[in-house]
Amino acid sequence: MSHIISILIENESGALARVAGLFSARGYNIESLTVAPTQDPTLSRMTLVTTGNPEIIEQITKQLNKLIDVVKLIDISESTHIERELMMVKARAVNGGREEIMRLTEIFRGNILDVTPTTYIIEITGEKSKLDAFLNTVGEDNIIEVVRSGTTGILRGERGLIV
Amino acid sequence: MELSGGEILVQCLIDEGVEYIFGYPGGAVLHIYDALFKQDKVKHILVRHEQGATHAADGYARSSGKPGVVLVTSGPGATNAVTGIATAYMDSIPMVILSGQVPMAVIGSDAFQEADISGITRPCVKHNFLVKDVTKLASTIKKAFYLATTGRPGPVLVDIPKNLTDPRVKVPYEYPKTMTLRSYNPHVKGHRWQMKKAVDCLLEAKRPMIYTGGGIILGEASAELTELTRLLGYPITNTLMGLGAYPGTDKQFVGMLGMHGTYEANMAMHECDVLFAAGARFDDRITGIIAEFCPHAKIIHIDIDPSSISKNVRVDIPVVGELKPVLTEMIELVKSSDRKPDPVALTNWWKQIDGWRSLDSLGFDRDADVIKPQYVVEQLWEMTHGDAYITSDVGQHQMFAAQFYKFDKPRRWINSGGLGTMGFGMPAAIGTKLAFPDADVYCITGEASIQMCIQELATARQYRTAIKLVNLNNGYMGMVRQWQEFSYGSRYSQTYLEALPDFVKLAESYGHLGLRIDKKADVRPALEEAQRQKDRTIFLDFHIDPTENVYPMIEAGKAHNDMRLAPGVNPDAELA
Repeated sequence: MSHIISILIENESGALARVAGLFSARGYNIESLTVAPTQDPTLSRMTLVTTGNPEIIEQITKQLNKLIDVVKLIDISESTHIERELMMVKARAVNGGREEIMRLTEIFRGNILDVTPTTYIIEITGEKSKLDAFLNTVGEDNIIEVVRSGTTGILRGERGLIV
Repeated sequence: MELSGGEILVQCLIDEGVEYIFGYPGGAVLHIYDALFKQDKVKHILVRHEQGATHAADGYARSSGKPGVVLVTSGPGATNAVTGIATAYMDSIPMVILSGQVPMAVIGSDAFQEADISGITRPCVKHNFLVKDVTKLASTIKKAFYLATTGRPGPVLVDIPKNLTDPRVKVPYEYPKTMTLRSYNPHVKGHRWQMKKAVDCLLEAKRPMIYTGGGIILGEASAELTELTRLLGYPITNTLMGLGAYPGTDKQFVGMLGMHGTYEANMAMHECDVLFAAGARFDDRITGIIAEFCPHAKIIHIDIDPSSISKNVRVDIPVVGELKPVLTEMIELVKSSDRKPDPVALTNWWKQIDGWRSLDSLGFDRDADVIKPQYVVEQLWEMTHGDAYITSDVGQHQMFAAQFYKFDKPRRWINSGGLGTMGFGMPAAIGTKLAFPDADVYCITGEASIQMCIQELATARQYRTAIKLVNLNNGYMGMVRQWQEFSYGSRYSQTYLEALPDFVKLAESYGHLGLRIDKKADVRPALEEAQRQKDRTIFLDFHIDPTENVYPMIEAGKAHNDMRLAPGVNPDAELA
């Protein structure tokens, strides 16, 4: 099962490398990793999606906590949460396909950001599974390029990951 | 007070109470060395290779409990230090490594002697810093000492670009008195309820076993461990890193456990029903095959590092905290409990252990004409009354030292347990001797290991650190040879060391004393000669039985009750 680990980390040079290095050194998986500053410029927020059995996930969170730069972390997939990923797809759009892809984009509540006589760039936001479904529906043959941000997430309700 | 970066660095060390730094100069640290030259409070020990600096600082730290401090230049100076940093990291030794870096303006340009040492060391330090602003230098040094010495200790590296130490740029200096970090709050006190559960479990045990590691020594908790163990009357074993935490000559001590542990320690591990682990990390050399580790036991584990708990072996009752306060509280809980250890069960358990013990799994041929390595260590132990500081390198000699020198006090046994670094012993002995100038410091080594840092004979000469080298010379990389004998049909691939130097002449060429010992009858007199030498380093080159192996041995993938015993030792005979 995938786990989404949200991390508040000191906004120091090398902090990202420490997290990435930990995963490669200890042989843990990273499905995706996103990082950006928070409203507090001294802190970055990282969202890391990983897989493993409960013992491995327990070790991952302990090892992450042990990094001196890590201020706080939480496995948000253990509570009710919202997760989102942003995807931009450059799709081939010619003849009847132009109409079809536009309709699909609407169904998936996406936006078309760029149009040329032969291509569209489509923006879709949602959970990973929704993005996967869109790609499946459009079909590999019509896809020129895919850019995904990796999953980010937030806990529902009062609880949160704050210092 | 306005100081330059170089002066700040030195003043920080003075304010931190640093007695010695171990280092080697070079381009990127010239300003710092100039600042060092102008003072006499911090003494600099000039090594002959940066690996030696880190091991010497490490030996100083392990013996004294104070952080070891290292100063190296950029590029090769820093990369040479990496083995020593990794050695300290694996054994959780507090160390601060200061490395010079090329000036900030040329970082990333592949400048002369540039290496990304913070990147290189990231996986083998507790933390590291690249300082980019001279006004933050003092607080960074304080952070480095704070991190290195608190929680689970470890090495911390501070990389300092050369322009930050420019003598022409002066900034106000103030050394922070205390340090707190929002992202770092090591556990101190254990969870009360967990400790109660642990004590209840301990007191219900029928076949209890206490297993402790280097954490007891690092946490200065030997007295508490000894009190608790005696209060309970339970058997205790120590890991290689934990020797000396509990008196090695005490009857409750069943010897070291693990790959080369005693028969009784390993069998007791296998048969126990409650395992009390403290400051140990269930390393693979301890556990043998995990699937068959302590198959009947409920496991209690106390450790300062939450990530040590249930890392390799699932733990039933974890307690996270500093060992000293946790053990102190557990002693109180045992004393105030209505329960007492079951005397009948305990008597039976001890009977079983004494049966295993009677096998004398460390026995060796005492009548042999050749010099047996075990005999040398045993004689050394007798002669020094178990009270010397013993450093070692890595291999068979290290195991013989661990098995036959019975350490009664913590911090007397100084070896590279986790990383297993050959070349550690001699520089570590120099660091130990500096920390305890009046003590007898022996380095038990082998002819292969000693050559990995042999250049430090010059350091020992320069600072007149009178150490005593006990070279168990069998002409082979003995431990590798042993594995080749057992598992590779005695095909001794690249383990025979042809062209060995004449160690006596080598020692003499550095200005030391040297003695070659070929006869068993000369072993004790040679050791006594070494003991008499208070002002000079002496190199004792013992030519020992080249075929001797370390027993018992749990081979890779085997369990505690599946030991290879010395030829002629038969457990079935004993059990019948």
